[in-house]
Amino acid sequence: MTSAAEAHEHHGPPPIHYSSRVSPSVLGMYLFIASEIMLFGSFFTVYFFDRVVNNGVNGVWPPPPYHRPVYVAAINTLILVTSSASMHWADTSAKKGNRAGMKAGLVLTVCLGFTFLFTQVIEYHRLGFNTSDTSFAATFFGLTGLHGAHVFVGLTILLCMTIRAFRGHFSPEHHHGIEIGGIYWHFVDVMWIVVFVTVYLL
Amino acid sequence: MRNPFRSEADAFRFVWVTIGYFALIVVASLINEWLGVAVFIVLTGVVIWWLFHSAERETPVKQAPAASPADEHRILVVANETVGGPELRSEIQERAGGRRTRVLVVCPALNSPLRHWASDEDDARHAAQERLDRSLESMRAAGIDAEGQIGDGDPLQAIEDAIRTFRPDELIISTHPPGRSHWLERGVVDGARERYEIRLTHVVVDLDADADH
Repeated sequence: MTSAAEAHEHHGPPPIHYSSRVSPSVLGMYLFIASEIMLFGSFFTVYFFDRVVNNGVNGVWPPPPYHRPVYVAAINTLILVTSSASMHWADTSAKKGNRAGMKAGLVLTVCLGFTFLFTQVIEYHRLGFNTSDTSFAATFFGLTGLHGAHVFVGLTILLCMTIRAFRGHFSPEHHHGIEIGGIYWHFVDVMWIVVFVTVYLL
Repeated sequence: MRNPFRSEADAFRFVWVTIGYFALIVVASLINEWLGVAVFIVLTGVVIWWLFHSAERETPVKQAPAASPADEHRILVVANETVGGPELRSEIQERAGGRRTRVLVVCPALNSPLRHWASDEDDARHAAQERLDRSLESMRAAGIDAEGQIGDGDPLQAIEDAIRTFRPDELIISTHPPGRSHWLERGVVDGARERYEIRLTHVVVDLDADADH
């Protein structure tokens, strides 16, 4: 085999390889989300294991005397889904060059995100059980707390995006910051829907 | 498979798909637990089918290779069994047109899917190397100074890899005639046209007819 002697012609770092036809920043977000899915997957595995084992003992879930605050969680779900819609509004506005809409969408998303976190903190205070009480309590706090931590990270990203938007950043041509942050925020929303259905409803 | 988080708009759509998916499961579970399980299985199957089949409708992003040196014309030739065909040799000579030309012949190491997944590529590479050596010899005998390399088992990936490193001005893909060509059946030529902003010539080499002559 005769290899092409390209190494002698080219100076400096090699050109970026786009063979996956995905830009590196978006690919980074994919890999991050994949790792997040594995992280949540491990927590769900523990939760379902605990549920199967304990359900077999008394046939009731959650084990008495615990109860899940379904209505508060349902309102929180509504808040988070609304925040996804406002995030989409912000992204669409950025693409259309509507700066007012972009700013309003981002501010609304941040407010709704904080409302979600605040409501969850209040919910924790009023639950009547703590992480060390039983395995149900530990897995409940583990899953909802893990999600809450992600909301906190998402809010930090959203705050950075909002500050940048108010400082004149982003345009119809350059709005990658909003696009990536938006993907993460929707992912957080999707994970909450899975947590809400499995931990609170089923 | 289409990634549901490809863009913000796709991710937002996925939020609604997730809501619909779980809403149906929850409603079915409230009616009957086993109905919930059945709905879960059916919906999961539908979602997986959609994820894998929606990607087929997507047109790939077209890419242009980096420019080659100005004083040199570069031709990338991708061929497998037809790599030594006379039609291909004459096409290369015609495309060169008396210019200072550099030719790279890529011979994909075609392999069976099972061997590919088992990373058992030695035989495929060995066979490709033999074909390549024979064809390079015949090209040199015809006055074409060509280099050669073994490519990925997937012809489109082999083209992509060679485009990155060789930076050709044009691409020649050589196949068997329609009806006998596995590459044409797999849409390799059409796929290359869709993916790359580069002059592409498709050469049909009929080895049986050549042998009769």
